[in-house]
Amino acid sequence: MALRWRRTHLGSEADRATFRTLHTASLASAGLREGLTAASATSSVRHLRTLLGTPAVALTDTAQILAWDGTTEQHAPYAAGLAVATAESGMTQVANHDEFDCRRPHCEIRQAVISPLVVEGHTVGTLQAFTDAATAGLARACDEVAQWVSTQLELAELEASRTRLMEAEVRALRAQISPHFIYNSLGAIASFVRTDPDRARELLLEFADFTRYSFRRHGEFTTLAEELKSIERYLLLEQARFGDRLSVTLRIAPEVLPVAIPFLCLQPLVENAVRHGLAEKGDGHISIDATNAGQECVIAVEDNGAGEDPERVRRALAGDSDLDSTGLGNVDVRLRSTFGDDYGLIVETAPGAGTKVIVRVPKFAPGVHA
Amino acid sequence: MNTAPSIVAVVVVAIATVAIGTWGLRFSRTTSDFFVASRTVRPALNASAIGGEYLSAASFLGIAGLVLTFGADMLWYPVGWTAGYLVLLVLVAAPLRRSGAYTLPDFAEARLGTPLVRSVCSLLVVAIGWLYLVPQFQGAGLTLDAALGAPGWLGSAIVPAVVLVNVLTGGMRSVTFVQAFQYWLKLTALLVPAVILLTVWIDDGATSPARVGADAAAWSLPVADGGGPGLYLTYSLIVATFLGTMGLPHVVVRFYTNPDGRAARRTTVVVLALLGVFYLLPPIYAALGRVYAGDASSDVLVLELPRLMVGGAAGDLLSALVTAGAFAAFLSTSSGLTIAVAGVLSQDAVGRSRLSGVAAFRVSAVIAAVVPCVVAIAAPDLGIARAVGLAFAVAASTFCPLLVLGIWWRGLTDIGAVTGLGVGFLGSSVGVAYAFAPVTSSGWIHALMAQPAAWSVPLAFATMVLVSRATRHRIAPEVNRFMVRLHTPEAVVLDRGDS
Repeated sequence: MALRWRRTHLGSEADRATFRTLHTASLASAGLREGLTAASATSSVRHLRTLLGTPAVALTDTAQILAWDGTTEQHAPYAAGLAVATAESGMTQVANHDEFDCRRPHCEIRQAVISPLVVEGHTVGTLQAFTDAATAGLARACDEVAQWVSTQLELAELEASRTRLMEAEVRALRAQISPHFIYNSLGAIASFVRTDPDRARELLLEFADFTRYSFRRHGEFTTLAEELKSIERYLLLEQARFGDRLSVTLRIAPEVLPVAIPFLCLQPLVENAVRHGLAEKGDGHISIDATNAGQECVIAVEDNGAGEDPERVRRALAGDSDLDSTGLGNVDVRLRSTFGDDYGLIVETAPGAGTKVIVRVPKFAPGVHA
Repeated sequence: MNTAPSIVAVVVVAIATVAIGTWGLRFSRTTSDFFVASRTVRPALNASAIGGEYLSAASFLGIAGLVLTFGADMLWYPVGWTAGYLVLLVLVAAPLRRSGAYTLPDFAEARLGTPLVRSVCSLLVVAIGWLYLVPQFQGAGLTLDAALGAPGWLGSAIVPAVVLVNVLTGGMRSVTFVQAFQYWLKLTALLVPAVILLTVWIDDGATSPARVGADAAAWSLPVADGGGPGLYLTYSLIVATFLGTMGLPHVVVRFYTNPDGRAARRTTVVVLALLGVFYLLPPIYAALGRVYAGDASSDVLVLELPRLMVGGAAGDLLSALVTAGAFAAFLSTSSGLTIAVAGVLSQDAVGRSRLSGVAAFRVSAVIAAVVPCVVAIAAPDLGIARAVGLAFAVAASTFCPLLVLGIWWRGLTDIGAVTGLGVGFLGSSVGVAYAFAPVTSSGWIHALMAQPAAWSVPLAFATMVLVSRATRHRIAPEVNRFMVRLHTPEAVVLDRGDS
């Protein structure tokens, strides 16, 4: 019984060998997903040696050794030289012992197989297997493992670039105060300098505070109160320019002002609302509501503009950004990555019916504090 | 006895509560006049709200009855319920606010970083919330019985129904305004009749309550009689009430509204003052009750005293005012507790099912109110203040050690916290079980079982410390950074670990 159970559940000997190999590979991949560094190489190199079954394995970048696992460490200093040669050729090579002579008689290492690690067409390092005899089988295995490692490194690269992209977008948002906004605000302020110097001075100070907040360098999060303060300044400046054409209603529940939210996650929504509201001829009306809903805070930004085809908004949220709504997708992605997929943007809109963007934020999320 | 004024008063309070909750935001400020800074909740307003939420039926009705029946040693209830905020002020208020936690499970998760502690804390929040809700609903039954002659179960069902309607229709959206309104309503409802009754008493010759009745000397003694066990009971009560306040789920969530740690402290100071003023009043009713209403049933003394002393239409009006205050007390505390329990349920239990956020919260609110409502109708009446005292004992034996050690000791580990919470809960549950069980005993066994706080709180502290010491390797890796954030004033510029 017990024997049959094991057979049926763990498979044949060949199956189990496959499982073992896959398990070893998954162990190695954990380290490699962080990119090719000394730390990641050290944590994954012994699993790679298990995969290859050779006495020693080395991981290098294109110029120096990163990690060594196995016996005969005296060969390690030669790994860098072998790496340079292979990196130049870009092909799997076999080196004989005289190329990395340890000057030890009867050294059990006779040959080394060196395979390049290629990420996006560039050789970034090598995988070196040291053995007593380099068979064709070992050369093939080393080549395959090197390709697998390359794939893992490419994934790591992808992950890193995604993070960089997100950071760059936040930076872009910070620097995003459009030249038009600056030009128009200063123009509007200038028009008050003679007629109402006090108001001009106030507006200039608002402008200074607004830019200081937007160019802030530190902190991924801010409080709803801070973000709303900045939005107020923005709206004051826009109202100075548009006068009675732009009216604003704020209904903010005081209970939710301390909620922590991603920096500049409401500002783009309000800018869109102003643009939509004033796009049509006639008066623009914007309302911003923040309500207290138990464990959550619900923020809604609404305009009375022309509205939008829901399908286009859906595509904009999916990342296809032909829509005239700057940063909508970015805000959505940042909310999701901060609070989880349940907390994406909700956009209610239809042609001719205005637009309402709803943001839900939990009052507490681990690791999120302003 | 004319019940019409009382019925009107109850209906007006219910409508005013829903109306302020729903529209409080609208008439606070609207178009184009928007200054967020001026909108942050001021400590005075927030303190009124905390007072409104905190002053439950136990404070409004229970204390007067207890003091009337058992004497001055029962004054430790209001003293402890006020002094609890002193402990909260000194040890917990500002760091808790700076932690960013909204609920107690949030704090546990932020401090210890494991979901297990969070789940245990959620269970405890539900347990304490329900233990606290049951006497509120029972008190409502008593009140409507005394004021309107309605059957007891009706009041116990009406209050949860009004609370549910209010919570489900968004009537608690501007919760700060509602609860602040409730505090001032409750204060007025006790203060105005108290002043009138005192003048009546002075007109009647101002008989000292300590000279009335059989055991006058024992009545005015500040320690429970019965020698050692009596002393123990008094001290245990002090421990439970002093340390239990910080563990009440509906109190903790109100601290989130403060903009920073400093505001949290200021709020607590104002709460101390507001509660101090309020708690002067119930003993007045108790003392007058001893002179004028020797045989009144204890929990409805406050409601009946105006009629007994003044009588006629004036008595009915005063009675209506007090009834309105009592109803406000049930509504505010029950709403706060229902929301707190429903929030935890929706986040950690119902929310894990496929229901969306709003639907999950509604289902949770119904569960949070219906369960204690059924218990309130089915379970025996313990006396409001005593039953609430049990909820304080559980809170003091579980969340107090977690908060104090979590905030002031780096060595607390998740396993230490969980075992400590478990031990504290089991210890304090002895008191709950003993109160509901049909057994009675006397002497030391009775004292230890009836008021377990004096031994269960130290036991919970000791367990947390010892188990944490034994599991030192599980200290949360980020603890130092977290401690810096808890204890550094916001005005100080430093790296708080924000990326």
